[in-house]
Amino acid sequence: MNTADQYLKTIYVIQRATDGPASTGAIADALDVSPASANEMIGKLEERGLADHEKYKGVRLSDDGIVRAREALQTYCIIERFLANVLGVEAFREEARELEAVIDGTVAERLDTIIDRRPECPDCFDPEADACACLELAVEPAE
Amino acid sequence: MSVGRRVTSDDQLARLLQIGIVLEEVVEARAHHHAESLDADLDDEVAELLADAAEESADHRARLEALIDDLGVESVPFDEIESLVEARYGRTRPEDFDGVLYDQLCNEETAYKFYDDLITAIEASDAEFTLDRDRLLDTLRSIREEEAEGVREVTEVMERR
Repeated sequence: MNTADQYLKTIYVIQRATDGPASTGAIADALDVSPASANEMIGKLEERGLADHEKYKGVRLSDDGIVRAREALQTYCIIERFLANVLGVEAFREEARELEAVIDGTVAERLDTIIDRRPECPDCFDPEADACACLELAVEPAE
Repeated sequence: MSVGRRVTSDDQLARLLQIGIVLEEVVEARAHHHAESLDADLDDEVAELLADAAEESADHRARLEALIDDLGVESVPFDEIESLVEARYGRTRPEDFDGVLYDQLCNEETAYKFYDDLITAIEASDAEFTLDRDRLLDTLRSIREEEAEGVREVTEVMERR
């Protein structure tokens, strides 16, 4: 997942949780980057027609931005579920965040063929838990 | 969260290599499954292609496991992964795949993309791994080249049909 997709996913999750635009500060916090870096990427997303930034209000994704953000969130859910249920990784959230930048959507699609994911994914993503709300963790760790 | 493609630790590298092993297992399982379920309908050229793909995946998996061994990290519990993948594909009917050659092309392209991204992420990092960096990159580049060759082979077979 490239950097732009990581931003889109983050904006989408914040936008959905707050039912309004995502503030630059909240985006920067979630991604652990400086507000200046966040601003720069938000500008790029705006240039590509993926987001609209309104001063003092925040960022809203365009329809195209939402489509890409949902794909990125789905990729993230696949990585989390794969780590938790196939490799039995307990710290799957932390590892998914570390790995998402290196795992492409096409690779995630292949991993998706050996996990059980609900049809409602990624709508079941719970930002509070930073994981799919339907993720079963009862599987014995494989390690 | 890690913004930007970099591999920064032994553990992260090991996990990515483990994912590579699972991807190779998926390729091998799909190739076997195609070969078995379509046995009577497969011509010699496609049958050979699938057999080669399965053999190559097993070889790649062994090379990735050797890298993980050198990192001193436990590898994937392979038997469990193998059973899981087999159970999954055992339930898949031939018509669930979009054609054997197309599926094989996706396998090779996906593997190529995975190794290409991994190599880029290692090259972008100045982290020192327990494993010799040159050996790591040489191995991964060689596997990537074989995946690229695999894409070419499948494409050629598809073009002839």
